[in-house]
Amino acid sequence: MSYSHIVIGAGHNGLTCAAYLAKSGAKVLVLEARSQPGGAAATEEIAPGYRVSSCAHLLYQLHPRIMLDLALDRHGLEFSAKNITTTVLAGDGAALTMLDGKATGNISEKDAQNWPIFWARMKKIARHLQPMLLMSPPRLAGRDLSQNLDLLKLGWSIRSLGREDMREFLRIAAMNVYDLAADYFDSPLIKVRISADAVLGTTLGPRSPGSVLSLLYKLTGALNGVQGAMALPKGGMGAVSGALLRAGAVRGVDLRLGQRVRRIIVADGKASGVETDTGEIIEAANVISNADIAKTMVSMVGAQHIDAGFQRDVSKIRSKGATAKLNLALSALPNFTGADAQALAGRLLLTESIEQIELAFNPAKYGQWSKHPLLEVVIPSVTDPALAPAGHHVLSAIVQYAPYQVESGWASQREPFQRDVMAHLEHFAPGIGASVVGTDLKTPADLEAQFGLPGGHWHHGELAIDQLLMLRPVAGAARYATPVENLFLCGAGCHPGGGVMGAAGYNAARAVLAKRQAA
Amino acid sequence: MNYSMKIKPDTVRVGLKPTPFIDRLRPLNKFESLAYWQGYWSPADFGNPEREYFAIRNTTSVFDLSPMTKYRIKGPQAEAFLQRLMTRNIAKLKPGRVAYTVWCNDEGKVIDDGTLFRLGPQEFRLCCQEHQLFWLLTSAAGFDVSIHDETDEVCGLSLQGPTSYSVLRALGLAAVETLKPFELRDFSFGPGSIMVSRTGFTGDLGYELWCAPGQALPLWDALQSAGRDFGGVEPIGSTALDMARIEAGFIGAHLDFMPADQAVRAGRAASPFELNLEWLVDFNKGHFTGRAALLAEQKAGSKRCLVAVDIEGNKPANHALIYHRKKTEVGHISSGIWSPTAKRNIGLAMLQMPYGKSITSDLWAEIYVMRELKWEKRMAKCTIVKAPFFEPARRRATPPGAY
Repeated sequence: MSYSHIVIGAGHNGLTCAAYLAKSGAKVLVLEARSQPGGAAATEEIAPGYRVSSCAHLLYQLHPRIMLDLALDRHGLEFSAKNITTTVLAGDGAALTMLDGKATGNISEKDAQNWPIFWARMKKIARHLQPMLLMSPPRLAGRDLSQNLDLLKLGWSIRSLGREDMREFLRIAAMNVYDLAADYFDSPLIKVRISADAVLGTTLGPRSPGSVLSLLYKLTGALNGVQGAMALPKGGMGAVSGALLRAGAVRGVDLRLGQRVRRIIVADGKASGVETDTGEIIEAANVISNADIAKTMVSMVGAQHIDAGFQRDVSKIRSKGATAKLNLALSALPNFTGADAQALAGRLLLTESIEQIELAFNPAKYGQWSKHPLLEVVIPSVTDPALAPAGHHVLSAIVQYAPYQVESGWASQREPFQRDVMAHLEHFAPGIGASVVGTDLKTPADLEAQFGLPGGHWHHGELAIDQLLMLRPVAGAARYATPVENLFLCGAGCHPGGGVMGAAGYNAARAVLAKRQAA
Repeated sequence: MNYSMKIKPDTVRVGLKPTPFIDRLRPLNKFESLAYWQGYWSPADFGNPEREYFAIRNTTSVFDLSPMTKYRIKGPQAEAFLQRLMTRNIAKLKPGRVAYTVWCNDEGKVIDDGTLFRLGPQEFRLCCQEHQLFWLLTSAAGFDVSIHDETDEVCGLSLQGPTSYSVLRALGLAAVETLKPFELRDFSFGPGSIMVSRTGFTGDLGYELWCAPGQALPLWDALQSAGRDFGGVEPIGSTALDMARIEAGFIGAHLDFMPADQAVRAGRAASPFELNLEWLVDFNKGHFTGRAALLAEQKAGSKRCLVAVDIEGNKPANHALIYHRKKTEVGHISSGIWSPTAKRNIGLAMLQMPYGKSITSDLWAEIYVMRELKWEKRMAKCTIVKAPFFEPARRRATPPGAY
């Protein structure tokens, strides 16, 4: 069998890219090092009969264009819940539940009235940034007509916000979310909501500059036509990868699991295939890597084939995660103080204040995990009972802040870390510890080892102004092509970045196909 | 904040760094005439640069090379590292040989030039003008190689001139006559040894002597005695050396090219092609930093070119602007002198293409001369010639002629 394109890595972006390439007639082979496809968009069994999203657990950004083009619904992507509530729990019984513009619970009347206005405004600004998602980052110089049009479109889109909202965008774009929240609100729990969406999955605290941009970035996502909606895929996040896989398979994409690529074969500045760990050489005219750029260019291509300055830029990408993942198998539905049945079917944010989130960030800067982390919890088995044995449940929690590099190393620190997280969880859901029948904790080091997330960072690199658009992953490789001819990147490290979005994979496929047309 | 500066006065170096030869050189430097060289005490001249220049061409000159930046590069992947760093094919450089080479940034612009000494299969010394540790360490990532700045551990003297071989023979260096140009060898000297390479910056017969700082003064004294019968060994400064290097057609950093990592203004850095150094670029050896950019430049054509020019008259044209038809500004003289040996007014000129390649005639240098407190402008015709301006056969003769 000979292939025109090899995609290294079957993460959701790799699968998206492969499906689009196959859609336009390419013969594509996807090589995945793990025994399971999907990368960080996967479902795994953490105890016999208990299945849960390994890593990412909420879908809010999967691009509608991709869902439509690849007919992911026909390929099995279903949702057990489409637009779930977010409930902030302070742990002492105080709670605030939000669904889109509606906020009920512990919130002042003034803030409750202000919330829909604020949220609509943020969504409007984010909406006007949407055109950039499916646009290849424009070159700084030497742009062609189509790039100028893209840029014009984005510029026009931002301009068309209207004078007041554009001013607000310019004011807040580089701001921190702590100040933004304080600008609009007094009630503690609403501030938690706003800042949690900005910092989850990043290495930012609420007071870190650029955290507002992170919030807007997240809000550019829409699901089933509802901007800012969060959904639970039926069967966990693996359902998304499964659908992408089938969308590719029907178009002839071949997938080989357990095939780790040792080396990308490069001669005279051109890639011509890959060599796997078993020594097998597979040739193809194009190689597209879903792995991060440092692993792709330094480990797989090799320093001797790339320029030193480029290698330095690639090695300096800020990509040190501060987010861990805790998955629990439970014999009973946990009892979260202050949460009603509806709240348990949605997303829970566990912390009492925005200040507490900032305090939780502090130790992470100095090689320690927070003993009181911000937790984003979902119990997907509430709406998708098939994930656990009858009456039992699975809980999925994102633990915000545990640094990639921890004092004494994660190998020895995982146990005490787990104890701290469980004790913290117990504070919000008394008795939960007694119902645990299985635990799966992934530290940032585990996330790197298992899913190839560089530095354990969920987005293959911090989503910050210095690492976005034409600077993502680095200048000189921002348009999916690398300095090595015929070698492309399609991972979350590329524009527009991480989250289960697929846009990087889509844009990469477009860049690969454009090259073919140009040739 | 409880931070306070606690630096012991005796750990802070004030003023210029001495070289191991300073005790001999300082008394001779009657006018305390110094030139800047990476913060070292380095003479510009010893009172009479013309006399020093003529020592280079007529007897033997000696120049303190100790401030030269020197890096020891060794390890199993030293060659692979240098192959990726340098534009030249380092695999062709055999142990015991020296090569002149340049290295570029990603944009294919020259960061610096220097001489690379291959001391062994896995061991090199790089000599250059600018500090390069940052770039070398940056380039070393991913290679099994160690890089060590040995500038202060190795001192050097450049012995240049027609009688230099005879001086070395008188010094007692066995079989030094078999040392070929760009060859290096260890010779026993005193209780230890010194390394001698047949290299230099003058385009003449000459050698560079490298030793540990402890041997510096014995070596200096021995050279002075050895030179007594050959017209002496004349200490020279950088002014005389600069004249010789222009005659030899050699380029200098900050003179004829701006080191790419220090250039602030867009377009100031130069590629090897622009510096007339395409003979140093090997596209067939595999990848090296700047290769893609240089291939693109080769395809698209360079923007500038460095040429050697013969300038009418005898007024040195250093830094003069060059005009086409006395009208259009097309470049400038980057280094220019009246050449005492060639008896010509010479210069290296950086010209905007196509001037210097397809348009080579009707070029004029705008020279200003001060005449009793009044500036006078001369338009002097420039003729593009081949460098070097002076190349004696003794430069390459092995064995060299004896005196």
